Amino acid sequence: MRKIITTSIKDEDIRDLKIGDIIYLNGIAGTARDDGHRRVVEENRLPDFDLNGAAVMHVGPIVKGNKENGYEIVAAGPTTSRRMEMYEREFIEKTGVKMIIGKGGMGKKTTDACKEFGVVHCVFPGGCAVTAAAAVEKVLGVEWEDLGMPEAFWILKLKEFGPLVVSIDTNGNNLFDINGKIFKRKKDMVVDEICKHVHYSHG
Amino acid sequence: MINEKLTEIIVDLIHDTAVNLPADVLDGLEGMARREAMPLGREMYSCIFDNLKRAKELNCPICQDTGVLQFFLKAGTRFPYLDDVEDSIKQAARISTKKIPLRPNAVESFDERNTGDNVGSRSPWIEWEMIPGSEDLNIGFYMAGGGCALTGRAKVLMPLEGYEGAVKFVFDAITEWGVNACPPLIVGVGIGACAPSAAALSKKAMLRPIGSHNPNPKARDMEERMKKGLNDIGIGALGMSGTESVQCVNIEYAAHHPATLAVGLSVSCWATRRKSITIKGSGL
Ligand code: SF4
Repeated sequence: MRKIITTSIKDEDIRDLKIGDIIYLNGIAGTARDDGHRRVVEENRLPDFDLNGAAVMHVGPIVKGNKENGYEIVAAGPTTSRRMEMYEREFIEKTGVKMIIGKGGMGKKTTDACKEFGVVHCVFPGGCAVTAAAAVEKVLGVEWEDLGMPEAFWILKLKEFGPLVVSIDTNGNNLFDINGKIFKRKKDMVVDEICKHVHYSHG
Repeated sequence: MINEKLTEIIVDLIHDTAVNLPADVLDGLEGMARREAMPLGREMYSCIFDNLKRAKELNCPICQDTGVLQFFLKAGTRFPYLDDVEDSIKQAARISTKKIPLRPNAVESFDERNTGDNVGSRSPWIEWEMIPGSEDLNIGFYMAGGGCALTGRAKVLMPLEGYEGAVKFVFDAITEWGVNACPPLIVGVGIGACAPSAAALSKKAMLRPIGSHNPNPKARDMEERMKKGLNDIGIGALGMSGTESVQCVNIEYAAHHPATLAVGLSVSCWATRRKSITIKGSGL
């Protein structure tokens, strides 16, 4: 059975989630990438739409249509979350989001913020943009269109959006951090082994 | 001048590339999915294949990041429409952006504004190679996504650092950034005299078909060792840790300076979108 989380997300809805769990999301998410985060944190502006208890997605979608006739999401896979590391803590504090959706892991500052504010970071399989778009029920609106299509703040209504793998839980565990340490250790061993065989010299 | 027939052919090439993976990339992914032992990894592959199926059904791009459009031309010096090629590529980019649609991904440098139609300074990116005496035009096309481009880099080593230094350089970069490049990855390594030539060779290597090998036995041996080594690290599909992480490591090289050994790295994601087409000069 699919584990489904629904917005508006309460602390108790996500408290027991553990890194590596697979979940699906129902409800509201807003998209924000580099420029959206800069606007909230550096310029101290908030979108008119209230993100409290909702999800923020590190996603720059391809969108068809226009304001008059309505928008349709064609493709909506996640972008590299790590680019937002610098600003995510303040973004959480200012908007009240309870879930971050992106690609790859995030750093210590965000992990600490997830613990402090009871937020989870989840990854959607990178590049699977059509599967993601199929789970967007409706585009509820768009703000900050001056930032261009990928960077604008799109407000989406989602239905069973996933699979989402929990990568930072509310206890401050960080899946990619743990994996990254294992990868680094193995890398050193593997490189030593290859280096025994690639000493090409004259003669 | 814009040549309408040529423009149409390029739009079709862009559309096909955005929607359907090349056969070697798809075959490779299917094999890796079958061999994947970790449950989380298997879940990732099933999402990838669900996505590919939906994209095909809807005839829409596999990934929202349709990349920066890059063209690699092998042009016969007797191809009759040489003067039309660049204008037609730009026009095809504009049309494709609306029609397919593609995500507008050309941010004009220094102005820092998205041009909205994938056309900007030196964008689409075009590289020319002239083929003496030929009447044909071969158009190689690649959609350079941001996530995988982020792993790319080049460095000039001192020769005493050796190929060991080159291996370490590549493995450091992929361990640090590979997770965000949407693995399984296609890895291109260039060896040369300076940073730009090594970088260009790494791109050439990356665009080589999966399963092809460098004809030099030493380079081929290094390709195979690096592939096995990267898989052994266990990054896995989409970085979730798993059985395999790279489709191939391809190496291309040039002779280098006695005082330098440059290494370049280009990386492409599971959604490696590259195709090519040959246009007969007589057939347009
Ligand atoms: S790395 Fe490739 S699959 Fe992943 S988001 Fe970028 S273009 Fe898409």
